[in-house]
Amino acid sequence: MEGSWLILLVAILQAAVRSGTPILFVCIGEIYAERSGILNVGLEGLMLVGAIAGFTAGYTAGNPLVGIFAAAIAGALFSLIHAYVTITLRADQIVSGLTLTILGTGISGFFGKPMIGQVGVGFDQFAIPVLSKIPILGQVLFQQDAMVYLSFVFVPIAWWVMYKTHLGLAIRSVGENPSAADSLGVSVVRIRYGCVLFGGAMAGLGGAYLSLAYTTMWIEQMSGGRGWITLALVIFAAWNPGRAMLGAYLFGGADALQLRIQAVGIGIPTYFLMMLPYVLTIVILVLASRASLRRRIGAPAALGIPYAREER
Amino acid sequence: MRLELRLEKSRKLEYLVPIVSVALSLVVCAVLLLSTGTNPMTAYGAMLKEAFGTSYGFTEVLVKATPLILCGLGVMLAFKMLFWNIGAEGQLHMGAWGASAVVMTGWEGSAWLMIPAMMLCGFAAGALWALIPAYLKVKLNTNEIITTLLLNYVAILWVAHFIYGPWKDPVSFGFPMTKQFPDGAQLLRFGDSRVHLGFVFALVIALLLYFIQEKSRWGFEIAVTGGNPKAAEYAGMNAGRNILLVMLISGGLAGLAGMVEVSAIQLKLLKDISPHAAPYGYTAIIIAWLARRNPWGVVLVSILMGGLYVGGETVQITMKLPVNIVLIIQALILFFVLGGDILSRYRLVFDRHDRKEAPSGG
Repeated sequence: MEGSWLILLVAILQAAVRSGTPILFVCIGEIYAERSGILNVGLEGLMLVGAIAGFTAGYTAGNPLVGIFAAAIAGALFSLIHAYVTITLRADQIVSGLTLTILGTGISGFFGKPMIGQVGVGFDQFAIPVLSKIPILGQVLFQQDAMVYLSFVFVPIAWWVMYKTHLGLAIRSVGENPSAADSLGVSVVRIRYGCVLFGGAMAGLGGAYLSLAYTTMWIEQMSGGRGWITLALVIFAAWNPGRAMLGAYLFGGADALQLRIQAVGIGIPTYFLMMLPYVLTIVILVLASRASLRRRIGAPAALGIPYAREER
Repeated sequence: MRLELRLEKSRKLEYLVPIVSVALSLVVCAVLLLSTGTNPMTAYGAMLKEAFGTSYGFTEVLVKATPLILCGLGVMLAFKMLFWNIGAEGQLHMGAWGASAVVMTGWEGSAWLMIPAMMLCGFAAGALWALIPAYLKVKLNTNEIITTLLLNYVAILWVAHFIYGPWKDPVSFGFPMTKQFPDGAQLLRFGDSRVHLGFVFALVIALLLYFIQEKSRWGFEIAVTGGNPKAAEYAGMNAGRNILLVMLISGGLAGLAGMVEVSAIQLKLLKDISPHAAPYGYTAIIIAWLARRNPWGVVLVSILMGGLYVGGETVQITMKLPVNIVLIIQALILFFVLGGDILSRYRLVFDRHDRKEAPSGG
């Protein structure tokens, strides 16, 4: 009896990692954008653009690797709109991000029409030798697909660049006090453009995970709110790539758990179970905002504020 | 070349920007259409002719405009206080559910009683749904962009639970929908068209909001709080209470939009009470922004957007074009307006020799 519980637990944890991975990609990118002072609430649209670009390119080339490159490029190009409107034109970041989501939803639906019902290519799960033999952890972390492993590499690099390099220091200073950074010779515009584009590329990858690994098909609006969940996760993670990993798997866990309960069927109505990831996100956001009320943590001081040199 | 702040907003540009934006977005969308081998001129011609060239088409435009006006007014009111209510879609769904709940009690009374009861419940359900993020914002400063948006997904699942489950019509051949509403629960339609009393409600509410905004002390408080929260605080205005009140109205109006959709158009509760490819609640955000925070602007832009919906549905049927172009055109217009607004706030200055600080309103 005990053994079967363990098997179930491992299966759920493994699914939690799978389910959390797309959010993790998006979250790392958004942390960089927000650390540089630019809020991008267009993640949902960026994910959809990445998902359809990745699917179409992978499907056409017959190779999922082509798909993830296409998704990252499409995400970066699409986020260029947001960068131009908010950094160069200094328009409202929230309105621009919302519009980006709406545009991304429309464009992905438009170009995705011929892809509906097609069976695409994708990444298969494979076990990493030695590591996958570790009890429990091995199965949870090291019997996954290539994109999950890619995210394992991204997180420490993202953390290291943010906290241990000059570039990371420049990014953080631009987000905290742009005029001070500017007077020290850091190009606010260039750093912000770079971070928003990187955020777009990562959101594209997150979207591509959905259409190239999590499933191997294109479904309209398949991101299902994950872009918005990520925005909450960034706050939960206190703008730290390391904590983002923990948060992403927590949300992935909620998703995996509700799917598992649905499959078993223990009397809770299906649609209530499907609400779980969204409700959990709200609860965690509430807890995070309570914590930040008590003790100001996190948000970059210049987040959301356009920077104009002559108005310094 | 750089941007320099204008001392006064350019009035001329304020009206020119939206017109140029519409034109530019149609040009960009034409490129998209060309890339799929469609002649954009044929498509635009067909859309325009269907929406504004036939009397039947125009009545359908007003049908689409009705929920858009109601949601748009609500969103606009919240935006005026700088409360980012992007949850109109969920509030609309809860409103539709609340109105349907009245019918699902089995009550079959006269329209004089049922319609007001449904309006009340629709408004209340939308308002309560909107009060959750408002309360969290006021008490804990929880980011309302995320909460209002995520509650949309929850509300849609909530409705799905009822139409797939307890409220499902047993003779619907498996389709997720309630049984058709009795006559008393159906809102009056005008003549042979589908234009209904809800359109009149929407206009009356626009008028009321106009007076509240322009003439009442409370309207003034909202404007001050949105424009300068610190000043409002010094003047002794209660921002928290105003946020709750504004969101009560904002969510209630979206709820009313849901009520009129089920009571006058669908005649039952079902999936996609709001078009999946371009949901009313999201379009309302664009409308509220384009309307320059003016209730009559909301009415005007909603009718134009209604035309886009009707035109988009037409070319979907006749030319097999994805209806997603509706959403694309909407978003492009907003991006161009966003960029264009900067031009009405700033002037392009070409740095050469003339760099004196001469004030000019231009």
